[in-house]
This record gives sequence, C-alpha cells and structure tokens, in this order.
Amino acid sequence: MDKPVNNRAWFLVLPVLALVAFSAVIPLMTVVNYSVQDTFGNNQFFWNGLGWFQEVLDSDRIRAALGRQILFSAIILAIEIPLGIFVALNMPKRGFWASLCLVLMALPLLIPWNVVGTIWQVFGRVDIGLLGHTLAALGLDYNYVNDRLDAWATIIVMDVWHWTSLVALLCYAGLQSIPDAYYQAARIDQASRWAVFRFIELPKMSGVLLIAVLLRFMDSFMIYTEPFVVTGGGPGNATTFLSIDLVKTAIGQFDLGPAAAFSLIYFLVILLISWVFYTVMTAQKDAP
Amino acid sequence: MAAVAERRGTGSAIVMVAYLMFLLVPIYWLVNMSLKTNAEITGTFSLWPQNPTLANYRTILTDPSWYMGYVNSLTYVALNTVISLAVALPAAYAFSRYRFLGDKHLFFWLLSNRMAPAAVFALPFFQLYSAVGLFDTHIAVALAHCLFNVPLAVWILEGFMSGVPREIDETAYIDGYSFPRFFVRIFMPLIASGIGVAAFFCFMFSWVELLLSRTLTSVNAKPIAATMTRTVSASGLDWGVLAAAGVLTIVPGALVIWFVRNYIAKGFALGRV
Amino acid sequence: MARITLDDLAHSYLPRPAGDDDFALKPMTLTWQDGGAYALLGSSGCGKSTLLNIISGLLVPSRGRVLFGDRDVTALPTAARNIAQVFQFPVVYDTMTVRQNLAFPLKNRGMPAAQIAARVAEVAAMIGMADTLDRRARGLTADAKQKISLGRGMVRQDVNAILFDEPLTVIDPHMKWELRTQLKSLHRQFGHTMIYVTHDQTEALTFADQVVVMSEGRVVQAGTPQALFDRPEHTFVGYFIGSPGMNLLDAEVRGDRATVAGAQIALPGDHGLPQGRVQIGIRPEFVTPAAGGPGGDGGGLPFRLERVEDVGHHRILRGRAGDQPLTMLLPEDRPIPAGIDRAVPATAHLHVYADDWRVAPVTGERAA
Repeated sequence: MDKPVNNRAWFLVLPVLALVAFSAVIPLMTVVNYSVQDTFGNNQFFWNGLGWFQEVLDSDRIRAALGRQILFSAIILAIEIPLGIFVALNMPKRGFWASLCLVLMALPLLIPWNVVGTIWQVFGRVDIGLLGHTLAALGLDYNYVNDRLDAWATIIVMDVWHWTSLVALLCYAGLQSIPDAYYQAARIDQASRWAVFRFIELPKMSGVLLIAVLLRFMDSFMIYTEPFVVTGGGPGNATTFLSIDLVKTAIGQFDLGPAAAFSLIYFLVILLISWVFYTVMTAQKDAP
Repeated sequence: MAAVAERRGTGSAIVMVAYLMFLLVPIYWLVNMSLKTNAEITGTFSLWPQNPTLANYRTILTDPSWYMGYVNSLTYVALNTVISLAVALPAAYAFSRYRFLGDKHLFFWLLSNRMAPAAVFALPFFQLYSAVGLFDTHIAVALAHCLFNVPLAVWILEGFMSGVPREIDETAYIDGYSFPRFFVRIFMPLIASGIGVAAFFCFMFSWVELLLSRTLTSVNAKPIAATMTRTVSASGLDWGVLAAAGVLTIVPGALVIWFVRNYIAKGFALGRV
Repeated sequence: MARITLDDLAHSYLPRPAGDDDFALKPMTLTWQDGGAYALLGSSGCGKSTLLNIISGLLVPSRGRVLFGDRDVTALPTAARNIAQVFQFPVVYDTMTVRQNLAFPLKNRGMPAAQIAARVAEVAAMIGMADTLDRRARGLTADAKQKISLGRGMVRQDVNAILFDEPLTVIDPHMKWELRTQLKSLHRQFGHTMIYVTHDQTEALTFADQVVVMSEGRVVQAGTPQALFDRPEHTFVGYFIGSPGMNLLDAEVRGDRATVAGAQIALPGDHGLPQGRVQIGIRPEFVTPAAGGPGGDGGGLPFRLERVEDVGHHRILRGRAGDQPLTMLLPEDRPIPAGIDRAVPATAHLHVYADDWRVAPVTGERAA
C-alpha cells in the first residue's frame, strides 16, 4: 500500500476532530482537573497534586473491584471465545436456516442493556422466573440475591447469553470467506477434522478473532448496566465491578476527586490491556 | 460448487438448536409474562399465559409518559446515526486514501475513545451539557453517544473504503468530477453496504446504551429504557407492564435485524475479512 | 496409478432431469490411459468443471460409472480415491512452512518421519523449491504456492491421477510458460496420469497428449492436438481451436462438389447428399489469395478483401465470400496479390459438416 501523502486530508478529518474534541477531550480535561484538586464545598478548589491517585491506588475497595473485574473479564473471555467459535463451526453455511440462525442470534445484541438485566433478573427469580423456579424444583438452593456464587453464576451466564453471538457471528463471517477449495484440498490430503480447524479455519479466523477478543475485553471491562440491574453490585460487594464502584463514588457520593483519579487509572488500564492483546495477537500473525 | 460444500450433520443441528433455545427461552419468558396479569404472574406458575391479556401493552401505548420514551429513544438514536455517519464518512475516506501528518496516531487515538468506559464520562458529560444548556435534550444524548459510535463508524467505513480500488477515484477526477460530487454520486453508492453496516452498528450501540442517556436526561428526552424503572410503584413491582415494556424495546432491534439479515455476516466482520 | 474409465457417464443438477437440456453433462464414454497427459478444453459453463468434480469425487454422477483401473469408484469419497488436485487459486496451508505443507498428506497417512523427510526432499527438488523449504507459505508468490500444491499432490507416490483445475489463472504471463514447461517435464519424468482442465487452447494443446474438447455438456471430440487441428469432428472444435478459427461457409454439397457463394469447388471425396444445415469448413492456413476474373485460373471462391491484420510472422486477411465472412492466413514473405478477388481453398483440407457434425467422405478420404 503506497498511499499518496496529502496533508490537505486533514480537512476531511476536521469534523471528526471537532466532534470528538467536544465529546471526549473537554470531558476528559474536566476529569483531569478534578483529579488533582480537592474541595471544601461551595465550588472552592485547591491543588491536591497526586493525592487522589495515591488514595485510589491504596484503596482496598478499589483493588478488590479491580480484582473482580479482571476475574470477570477472564472468565467470560474463556467461555465466550471458544463457545462462539464452536457455535460458528456448527452454523448452517447458507440458505434459509443460515439466515434464520443469524437473525435469532443477533437478537440479544440489540436489546437495551438494562432490559437484558431485567430479563435475567426476572428469569432467575425463584418465585416468578423460569430458571430460578426450575432450579428450586430440582432441589438446588439457588438465590442470586443472597448467595455470592449464585450471583456470579447468573451474571456470567447472562453475559454469555448476551454476547456469545457477537463472537459467533464474527467467526462465522471469517469462515464464510474460506473458499470450498480449501476443504476439498484438505479432504484430498486426508486431514482430520481437527487439522482442518487448526490449519485452515483458525488461521482464516485470526483477523476476526482479534476483533472479537478486543471488543469483548473492552466491553466486559466496562460493564455496568446489566449487573447493576440484576444484583445492584451485591450481595455485599460481590458483584461490584469497576464501573459500578465508580458510579457509586462519582454520582452517589459525589466524591469528585477520587472518582476522577479512579476514572483516569481505569481508562489507562483498559488502554494498556487492549494494547497488550493487540500486540500479542498481531505479532503472532506477522511472524515469518 | 454449492452442492459439494461440506454438509453439516445432525450433531451440528443439535448444537444449534440447543444454543438457540438458550438464547430464546429467556426472551420467551419475558413475552410470556407480558401477556399475563400481575395476579397470574405472582399467584401461579405457568409456562404459558392461562388468560392471555394485552392489558399491559394497552397501558404502555395509551400513556404518553410511556410511549414518549420510545419517541425519545428513537429520536436520539436517529440523530446519533446521522451525525456519526456524516462526520465519519470524510474522515474514513482520508484515512483510507491518504497519508498525512500524524494519521496513524490520530486513528489510534480515535479508536481509544471506543475503549473509554461510559462511567468515566457520565459526570463530566452531565456538567458539560448542563453548562451549555443542552441537558435533557435529544441532541445531548446523540452527541454523547458519538463518543463511541464515531470511532467505530470511521473504523468500519475505512475497512470498506479500502476495498474500493483507488483507480476509480482517479478516473472520476480525470473525468472532471469535483470531490464532493464524486464522493456523493460515485463513491457512496460503491460502499453502500458499508454505510448500511456502519449505520446498523451506530443504531445498535446507541439503542442499547443506558448509563449516559439516563444521566443526561430527566423528563423531555428520557429514553424508554430508563422509563422502565417507573414500574416500581407503591403497590410493588408492576411485573406485567415491566415485561411488556421490555418486549417493546426488543421490537425495533428485531425489525432492524430482519432488514439487514443478508448483510449481518459481512457486517459483523466489519468489512475486514 | 491407474487407467481411468468414464462409462456412460451423465450428470444433471436437477433431481428429475426430463430432457437432454436438463443435463449439465450429457452421456459420454471415455478411457484415459495410465500415465497419459490429458486436457479438458472448453469455454466456461461447458461442463468441464462438473466432469472434474465427478472424477475427484465431489459429485456423484446421476448416471454411469467411474472406474480407476478395474475398481468402481463412482460412490467413493474424495479421500478414498487417492487423487491429487491443483486448484484455480493456490491452496496452501498458510501457517505452515513449505516443508510442513509438503509433509502434510504423508503425515496424515501415518508414514514414518524418516520416510517423510526423504520423500519431501525428493519432491522439493522436483518442483525446484529445495532452498525455500523452511519459508512460511503465507508470504510466497502465487506461482510458488501453485508449485507447493502440485508438490503436495506428487509427494504421495501412489496417486491415481493429478487433476489441474485451470491452475494458471492467477499466474503472471511469463511464469505461466515456465510452469507449463516444468509440468510437462515432470510428467515426462515421473509419468503420473494428469488431467488438465482449461479454457485456454494454447495451454491445452501444449500440455496434453490428448485433448478432450467439450461444448454444452457434450464431448465433441477427443484426440491429439494434431487431429483436432487437421480434422475437427464438430464445428465447435473448428472455430474454438486454431487462431483464427476455421472458416465455416454455408454450402450445397452434392457428391464430391460443393457450391459456395455461387462458385463450385472440389471436395476431397464423395460426401453423398448430406441433410440439414450443410457447411464446408477450411482452416485459414489452407486458403490462398489469388487474382483473376471469374472462372479464371486457380478457381476457388469469389473474395472481397475488407481488412488486413499484421500479426508478426503472418498476416490475416479478412473479407467476404459472397455474403459470408472468410479469413485467410498469409505468411509474411508472400505478397498480397494485386487485384485480389479469389480465395482458393486447398481441396485436401476441406471438410463437410451437416448440423455441425463432420460428414466423412464415402470414398477417397486420405489420412490427414
């Protein structure tokens, strides 16, 4: 690719720049501003240096939330990526059934996030929900409101329900781009089903898998609405993830300084981990 | 050869049926509840409504404070889609066709906004839009959602545009087309499916988002998803209405999917396969 | 390796084919000898890909049998047929090295590592890639990738046949020639049965010992390149092979004389009274321009010159005999006669066609 150098192209980028400056840079500056100041109320601020950052980094509560967040993202990636690939491999390739599967699978993706939460909140209730009722009828002591493990299980199943289709659809798109000749050649070479997956399907999916892993990591790391609706962060703090904690601090308690410092660290953690994923997954691809 | 493509066996069919069941049963349960009265929901446990009723839907569709929620949501979603595409199209063209000072950094910086947690921006947005008098307006939510939709739209469109050979641009310029005329008349039709895919994603993420839209509105632009919290009343939860409202929020998404079903697979690969 | 027999083979993509038109492949019987180089030639949509898929086992024919040697393989899947195939677009395993690619079919069949290594080295030398064995296949050029897929086929010593499905489509023109030459010499050296599908007559004629020409799902002629040129059995072969193609002129044929555009010419034998649409065919190479009034010396057909194309070592004269187009080929060193108004066909190279099929003379035909 030898694109011509043309600095006038900046004019085409200007609208985006103006818009993003308005909707990202100004708010971010506000956050930075808060993060280094303290207040006695009445809109009187004074310089607090890196004090808030120190406080956030030392906070056991936030560290615990970060731990939960990392655990949550790791679990859902470990479930959704393989499951999504598996589902994609089993999808019909073309025709009416393929369209039907696509439409039904895309359905959860377009449900507002609090409605997703509501669906599972209701679904899991022992008194009126099918899931809770069935589990109770089977003699299981299931209660996502009081039991930490049940709360976690419910939220993870909900996220798998909500987002696995995204991974599957991405992988499906990758699989669709493989010409039939590859499968035919593999049959001629007597490749096993596993070898077909390992040497044909997986390499062809690597591009979309990168997108899938990045999107799922970022969105799961930022998750707020769904667990908030289902558990409200509880029982105790068992499902208080970073965003839930942040909103509590910022809007609930109006602790602007710590919330701002927290925000910046949060943002940096996401950028850092995304960068690591990106580097690791593309380095593998570009190896000679 | 279509006839010779690998055939999926019964095993695959079982996997797909099981997976689709897993997806659809919770949704079915919501629909089931929306067709029951509150008494039936809390009183008896049944797999389908014993006395199906549309009363819950009637409640929503006759009460302006309910149905205006839909109008509000659809308004800011539409605004957001239009704004996102309008600014993303020229930018994506610049990224796909030219190299310019700082292009790579700019591109990654744009994408990094997609990684910004909404929770981080909720409070500053609230203050910013209050300060400029846009609080509780549709445009405020639409602009706020641009934070994550514009980078995504640029990224998707850049993928599709890179698939269009540059010779087409050059030919058009030689034929005397001006840039705007070329862009609208020739280039945009060529990437129509890409624009459709980008619009779909803008719609999707704007429609499903709640944290920002709830923070930035109080009455006039309140989204339907936020209205749902209203069902907590003095007499406890109004489950039936809650379920009906939930079902109604699924409908626009389902309609959109139906219209774009043939592009979904390609769309989800963001034009980059 | 084995002889390949197609026994009364036909195929339709419809579940219940009614008429002749419903068959993508019309009934045919053919035998390909062990170790031969064959080409399937025809324009796109003629059924050659269908035929190839039947041989490779991707399609089960609606009718007839496929035999490898004496074994009926009609219903056997691809893997059980022991064939190799090189596709239109290079199919290599991107993430593997060239060595791993070549070893893959052997590894899958459980061959001991030492034997694999020896065999891979041998094949790598054959296809001229011994020094790039440890490169990753992803970054190679299209022609190198095609060589790898060819190598993957040849690495198994017991393959029944190697099938080529328009393998040079994505190759640069100058590499095409080199690959074709290499293929030819590999065939001569190792004697695999090779079946080469193409729509390019040059590829077919230079590669194959025997060319099967197909048109509209039918085998119209199978023969050596020379036979296809000298004695096309069907008008399609006449104009598809040769550049420019054979002249076909509507004519009235009576015994050993034909009347074309008002002129009478001699035929190379008695053709009786053919029925249907009767045409005579003559290759442009065998028509000579001449000058002289009607009935003048040399005889031949009246000719009106319209255009001369210079294509290097010869010139193409295009014009009309009566109202029918006629083309002549003139070597460069021969001048165009002044006042040219006749086109004289060489009697020995004239053919008669009735409804597109060649009519053999009742008597006096000379071997071409």
